[in-house]
Amino acid sequence: MAEEIINVKDVTKNYGGVEAVKGISFSIKKGELFGIIGPNGAGKTTLFKMLLGLVRPSSGTISVMGSDVSEVWSREVKAHTGYLPENIAFYDHLTGLETLTFYASIKGADRSEIADLLDLTGISHAAGRKVGGYSKGMRQRLGLAQSLLSSPQILFLDEPTTGLDPEGIGAFYKILNDVKERGVTIVLTSHILKEIQDRVDRLGIIGNGKLLASGSVKELRTDLGLSPVLRLTVKGNTEGLQGVALKAGGDIQSFEDGTLLINCPRGNKMEVLRALMKEDDAITDLELLDPSLEDVFMGYASGGEV
Amino acid sequence: MISPSLISTVAIKEFKNSIRNRWVLAVSLILALLALAISYFGFAPRGETGFGGFDVTIVSLASLVTYLVPIIALTLGFDTIVGESEGKTLDLILTMPISRLELFLGKFLGLSFSIITSTVVGFGVAGLLIAMKSGADHLGDYIFFILSAILLGLSFLSLALMISVMVGERSRAIGLVIFFWFFFVLIFDLLLIGLLVSTEGKISSSIITALLYANPADLFRLLNLASIESVKTAYGLATVTKGKAFTQPFLYAGMLFWVLWPLAAGYTIFRKRSC
Repeated sequence: MAEEIINVKDVTKNYGGVEAVKGISFSIKKGELFGIIGPNGAGKTTLFKMLLGLVRPSSGTISVMGSDVSEVWSREVKAHTGYLPENIAFYDHLTGLETLTFYASIKGADRSEIADLLDLTGISHAAGRKVGGYSKGMRQRLGLAQSLLSSPQILFLDEPTTGLDPEGIGAFYKILNDVKERGVTIVLTSHILKEIQDRVDRLGIIGNGKLLASGSVKELRTDLGLSPVLRLTVKGNTEGLQGVALKAGGDIQSFEDGTLLINCPRGNKMEVLRALMKEDDAITDLELLDPSLEDVFMGYASGGEV
Repeated sequence: MISPSLISTVAIKEFKNSIRNRWVLAVSLILALLALAISYFGFAPRGETGFGGFDVTIVSLASLVTYLVPIIALTLGFDTIVGESEGKTLDLILTMPISRLELFLGKFLGLSFSIITSTVVGFGVAGLLIAMKSGADHLGDYIFFILSAILLGLSFLSLALMISVMVGERSRAIGLVIFFWFFFVLIFDLLLIGLLVSTEGKISSSIITALLYANPADLFRLLNLASIESVKTAYGLATVTKGKAFTQPFLYAGMLFWVLWPLAAGYTIFRKRSC
């Protein structure tokens, strides 16, 4: 098992009596791509800022690379982390190259890294132009480039793909993969699960200031007991059908306008199907809906419990 | 441990910025033109024009500088932190291996250098021309005038940095800039005179001294009006400004204090500020 590089324990944060984060614990392993996901206002950004040492937790501890950062961030830790804030802003009057040169001297990075990073992020051609004229996508690339100065061990990316078009998102994750191959641990937040679920190693779902679930996408599906749903188009009376489905272990979700939705808990899917097929007179169409994590997440996002 | 190289990195960036956006050039020009105009038209009330000497120039120039330099310094520095906080560049730099003290000092030094450069260049060029036309009498006083103008600028820059960390929005910082300028430059002396009149002058001179020291603009006025003997008599300052507290070293120390304390207060607030 890989060593833990970030450890969050019972962390809370109050803002003038309002609990933004209500006791969160999790850890992130070295070299993994960890996604923090949650709807806006779930406490994601507060948690992220605490991870970065910008905001101090009200209670609990956070350790990064083995040192406690709940109180003060040491220069040592800061020197080995990179951060890409949400909607990154730059000094608009500086060129891309000047921006990186300035940040390189603050981070104590070697200037020779700059050309390399401009190349990696694909903005070498615009390095001499003022950042004020950069497109959203180019800003994000420059932002990624600055976060990679001085070869960080951990990268924190806050909503890194907000405002990028699908092509830009693809390109962004391609760069991230290259970075990950260098052994960098990456922590990113998002409110779009679909976008990150196939790209992260593990993720934590945050809602209402709490960590609702964490693990790999596969683990989450299993843990949450997501069940496939059968959608039947039926005619006439369905009482018989419903009885058969219930008997076979299914669960009636709804019946409306001739459409019957039946939840099939894991393992019972085939049994329910077989039972229903015997009543095929009443069924005119059948569809199997595979649940996505998105559905679960949307449940959280709308404040519901699963 | 404070890193001088980090401080200078920030300072150089700030200074380069004022050079690049022509702030230094514009302020130098304004100050030079002001000095030359005052020197040239200094005798206009007597129906004459032509360059006057340094002594005449300093007196009129000092009273204009009291209005102008504070607002120049306040507008230069008021958004240096709050602007970056609103523009979202502050979060990023604070996650980097630079301390808040280094960032704060770097900004102050860089902006200070902008003020020093434009004051020296602006009044320096004007001084050269005046010296060429009217001779170098009172050149020493003029050099001290430039020094005190720099300190006046730096003290209001310090106040500007303090404003910059006190508020969360740029718009509120602008409000405070206007308030501070109004208070120190316009209202303060009115209140002082009001106090003198209402107490029929029966107020102790140590209170008057303390009140004069409570305003960097007044210290600047005293330095430049009280340093020249003829002016002192003309302004009736001779009676008020007797005593050790009104000697040059004390007045300069007073101005230096006004550069340092708002800076220290500003840093204390900045250290605790969440961004």
